[in-house]
Amino acid sequence: MAKRSFLIPGVDKRLLIKDTLKMMPDLTRRRFLTGGASLGALTLLTGCDVVDSSSAEEMLKQVSKFNDAVQAFIFNPDALAPTFPESAITKPFPFNAYYDLDEAPEVDGKAWKLEVRGLVDDKRSWTLDELYRLPQVTQITRHICVEGWSAIGSWTGTPLRDFLKLVGADMRAKYVWFQCADKDGYNSPLDMRTALHPQTQMTFGFAGETLPRAYGFPMKIRVPTKLGFKNPKYVLSMEVTNDYKGGYWEDQGYNSFSGN
Amino acid sequence: MSSIAAADEHVSAAPAKIIQPAWVRTMHWINAIAMILMITSGWQIYDASPLFGFSFPRDITLGGWLAGGLLWHFAAMWLLMVNGLAYLVTGLATGRFRRKLLPITPSGVSHDLKAALTFKLAHDDLTVYNSVQRLLYAGIIVVGVLIVLSGLSIWKPVQLYWLVSLFGDYPTARYVHFFCMAAICAFLVVHVALALLVPRSLRAMVIGR
Repeated sequence: MAKRSFLIPGVDKRLLIKDTLKMMPDLTRRRFLTGGASLGALTLLTGCDVVDSSSAEEMLKQVSKFNDAVQAFIFNPDALAPTFPESAITKPFPFNAYYDLDEAPEVDGKAWKLEVRGLVDDKRSWTLDELYRLPQVTQITRHICVEGWSAIGSWTGTPLRDFLKLVGADMRAKYVWFQCADKDGYNSPLDMRTALHPQTQMTFGFAGETLPRAYGFPMKIRVPTKLGFKNPKYVLSMEVTNDYKGGYWEDQGYNSFSGN
Repeated sequence: MSSIAAADEHVSAAPAKIIQPAWVRTMHWINAIAMILMITSGWQIYDASPLFGFSFPRDITLGGWLAGGLLWHFAAMWLLMVNGLAYLVTGLATGRFRRKLLPITPSGVSHDLKAALTFKLAHDDLTVYNSVQRLLYAGIIVVGVLIVLSGLSIWKPVQLYWLVSLFGDYPTARYVHFFCMAAICAFLVVHVALALLVPRSLRAMVIGR
């Protein structure tokens, strides 16, 4: 067996860097839609240069917005993501981000406070100890990455909807917007109906232990009805809002709803 | 004008038969465009997390990077699904599928396959498909249905959990989706090669006769 260095037990460092790089935008790209030379064939077929033009990019953005609406329409707030027995848990569970694990945020749990903003009655911040005292549940669900791979994990925490009730959030607001400690400032909007889904969870534990740094310590939002990139880690604040504030991946062209 | 038309009719003893009706031709070429978009953008998505030990060369993928590939894939899917559904409904309602693709018998297929491989298969009447054609065309329709169902399973594994269970689970649906793509690509190679070998069939798919 080849000698491999492990940053976290069981996770191959080279593999996870490889995985991470694939998700990153190509720095040389000028527009994210420009394809390769072979697409000349498509130009011939359609009689116009659809692939390179900004009108194609605009068309695709419009279709993506249409797809947001379609997904919101077929989203069933009562449909539960399949759950699995403990034996199905993927070991090791992959680390995945747009940076190397070395660069993952190191949050001091004692100093950290969850900031709550926007359309809520109670805007005070929460310490980790206060959050740990909330009733918790465990779910074993499949995490599905936008890249296609999936892994089954065990997450423990408080249903987000219980917390939103507790702080008197306006449940008719459109989004809960999360800001996180990731480098370059990851953030992401979550539509309210998904935020209120019974399996959407403020996660403090993974596989029966405190949520490790690799998976988002001190708090992650586990959303089994969304693709992985819409599951915020290292959460700093949540804001209940009617404004669409964009998101780290969403702004780069990934579909905003990205529901499962 | 009428005399010219009459003369034309007279010259070609019988009026040329329509081999491919307009709706078949229209949907065929829309499908061709949709398929190329879906396959090349699908390769882009595959490359983000390959199922096997290879990637598709960047130059033959669509979208530039994963987000672009996904945008193309989830845009072209509407073209593919709406056109495909219209094709299925029309094919069944007009009886074209039954007339053109059935019956398919093992003896017929083996007879025509032997004839084809020894270059003895006749193509005198393009309105009648031989057994190998019937098998391939019927087969690719089934694959087309499967690739859409497995694709929907990957896209909405929670909302369409009952569809996912048809394939087993999410990862299996991904493999099914991949192998359907591979089958369509294999079909494309044979289909295009044969169309070029019998150019009259290509003409029929363009102008109908």
